[in-house]
Amino acid sequence: MAEMNMLHAINSALRIAMEKDSTMTVFGEDVGHFGGVFRATSGLQDTFGRARCFNTPLTEQGIAGFANGLASNGMTVVAEIQFADYIFPAFDQIVNESAKFRYRSGNEFNVGGLTFRTPYGGGIAGGHYHSQSPEAYFTGTPGLKVVVPRNAYQAKGLLLASIRDPNPVVFFEPKRLYRASVGEVPEGDYEIELGKAEVLQQGKDITLLGWGAQMEILEKAAEMAAAEGISCEVIDLRTLSPWDVDTVAESVKKTGRLLINHEAPLTGGFAGEIAATIQEECFLYLESPIARVCGLDTPYPLIHEKEYMPDALKTFEAIKACVAF
Amino acid sequence: MSNATTNSETVHRVAFLDRESLAIPVLKILQADGTTFEQAVLPQIDEALANRIHDACVFTRVLDERMLGAQRQGRISFYMTCTGEEAAIVGSVAALDDNDIILAQYREHAALRYRGFSTEQFMNQMFSNEKDLGKGRQMPIHYGCAALNYQTISSPLGTQIPQATGVGYSLKLKGQRNVAVCYFGEGAASEGDFHAGLNMAAVLKSPVIFFCRNNGYAISTPTEEQFAGNGIASRGVGYGMHTIRVDGNDMLAVLAATQQARAYAVENNAPVLIEAMTYRLGAHSSSDDPSGYRSKEEEAKWREHDPVKRFKLWLINKGWMTEAEDVALYEKYREEVLAAVKVAEKVPAPLLEEIIEDVYDKPTPLLQKQLDALKEHVKKYPQSYPKTSGRL
Ligand SMILES: Cc1ncc(C[n+]2csc(CCOP(=O)(O)OP(=O)(O)O)c2C)c(N)n1
Repeated sequence: MAEMNMLHAINSALRIAMEKDSTMTVFGEDVGHFGGVFRATSGLQDTFGRARCFNTPLTEQGIAGFANGLASNGMTVVAEIQFADYIFPAFDQIVNESAKFRYRSGNEFNVGGLTFRTPYGGGIAGGHYHSQSPEAYFTGTPGLKVVVPRNAYQAKGLLLASIRDPNPVVFFEPKRLYRASVGEVPEGDYEIELGKAEVLQQGKDITLLGWGAQMEILEKAAEMAAAEGISCEVIDLRTLSPWDVDTVAESVKKTGRLLINHEAPLTGGFAGEIAATIQEECFLYLESPIARVCGLDTPYPLIHEKEYMPDALKTFEAIKACVAF
Repeated sequence: MSNATTNSETVHRVAFLDRESLAIPVLKILQADGTTFEQAVLPQIDEALANRIHDACVFTRVLDERMLGAQRQGRISFYMTCTGEEAAIVGSVAALDDNDIILAQYREHAALRYRGFSTEQFMNQMFSNEKDLGKGRQMPIHYGCAALNYQTISSPLGTQIPQATGVGYSLKLKGQRNVAVCYFGEGAASEGDFHAGLNMAAVLKSPVIFFCRNNGYAISTPTEEQFAGNGIASRGVGYGMHTIRVDGNDMLAVLAATQQARAYAVENNAPVLIEAMTYRLGAHSSSDDPSGYRSKEEEAKWREHDPVKRFKLWLINKGWMTEAEDVALYEKYREEVLAAVKVAEKVPAPLLEEIIEDVYDKPTPLLQKQLDALKEHVKKYPQSYPKTSGRL
């Protein structure tokens, strides 16, 4: 095992996948020689050449359409969208084309070899165009898988699984953890199965559910709650589409309470979908309404970032309210 | 009347066109030593205009140098300079009417300064304080000012380009003899929005000046990896609009081209594309380190084409300014900027209430409820939200 931050782990996953699959290409804005604005693709061009790791012109629409074309002809593709905020010019290609290639052609064609990587989320003083969490736009699109890792180890295993999954995957990377999250990561090849949530901490009073960078917040809130004698079960969803209903439902049946935390605005966020499903699955077990601690229903502000964030204190308050309900 | 493009001659042998088929000249008026080329036709310029141009350039140089320093000291979170591109930006804005509407990319603060944005206003935006016209919502340098007809910067690249086509069309419908002016980089010209915006402008006859700062790089990506055609100018021709390529480090060439572009756009209700060939002397932004993708020699070579210096030499040659006056101007602005930083830093952040304003014209009931809950929360943990808790 080696100490790696999340960027190193992602780089290592890409390198391994490219070594083992000679049809794989990696591209996007500034990803070539420079290695990406965050350096996730550092050194790949040196090793694999310009034909397999390269800069594209500055066009997300073009990147996604080009990626669809490559993948539809049997190639493995990892396309980087520089910031998740800039994925929207590519939206049509992703939600209408990547997502529906297989379905609309009766599986004559598919783009299963395609993965979009993109840094998402706030907490970096980036204002509203470097901070968004647009996952729910994609979870609402059948045909895509949506994956969000919480640390370096998870990032490598989940990315390798995403690249090799026979479906198009949108892989959201929590950019505020890129350098901050450092941990033990195997140097070799390993995969973490998609579609499976992970229980990080067992508990009996309430289930805390989240993904990506918010897992840190949930763990901190669980600690604060523990100091008040509240026992939290903490679950990382990891794959948002398809999501692991069974693991979450099983936990909620045990604890009787659920709190979901995400950075995206409350309204239309993925927490709403989870709450509706769990309410169906666990109605008779629930001892309090399902709580959602989310971003406000406003664009992501710069100066009020701290106030906007669904932080540990807000989560802690919501935990207490649930338990006292 | 089906195919308006067919004014072509007929040939009977296969012959392809390529990027060289379209020879695009570069307009140059001012030489490196501050004299003008012999046959050059000068723009309309008098002493007052020349000094206003120079003043905006010097201010911007000082601002860029000081604010990059402030960013390094952690006083602001982010900064971008326009060093090396001042002639492209100020030379073009100086050819406009103050009622022409500017839609900029993000590297054109010199144009905003030329229009009259005060040092204090710059600082308020950069420090996201309660006097910032943008209410502290955007990163530093994303300025906007309705009073100066300068639309607020939006980070997603290229989005302002089709918008400019719409703004230009609105000016035409209102019968105003004004144009929209749209700045963008050669990188942004790869976005789909660029193609949509130019095509619509040409077809719908919208009075817009599309001004491309072709500064050699889009972050780390050099132009060879951005486009394979004959720059951005060839695309203007392709979409059927008047097009010109100018030396973007030549204040007089930019001014001359933009003056005539504007006259043409207003007269004919039609778009014009200007491609200014220049160089981004600084890093892409304060988060970037260009030593990873280009050489010091390359940068040094371009430093010799410093557009502000070249224009200053012309001013001195004309007898419109002295070296000593130039030095004094830099000194004045250094003091002014430093003093303004100190003031702006102490102005408090916008009130917490403002977090839900402007999402809609009035906050919705749900937003109001979210604010109420947030206020209660901040009151409970005031030390954790220091920017707002003291002023609830
Ligand atoms: C849609 C979109 N994609 C990516 C980015 C990230 N980005 C910001 S600036 C930039 C480079 C722009 O280059 P160019 O248009 O040539 O302008 P310059 O910075 O050289 O002035 C990139 C890729 C963005 N802001 N918007």
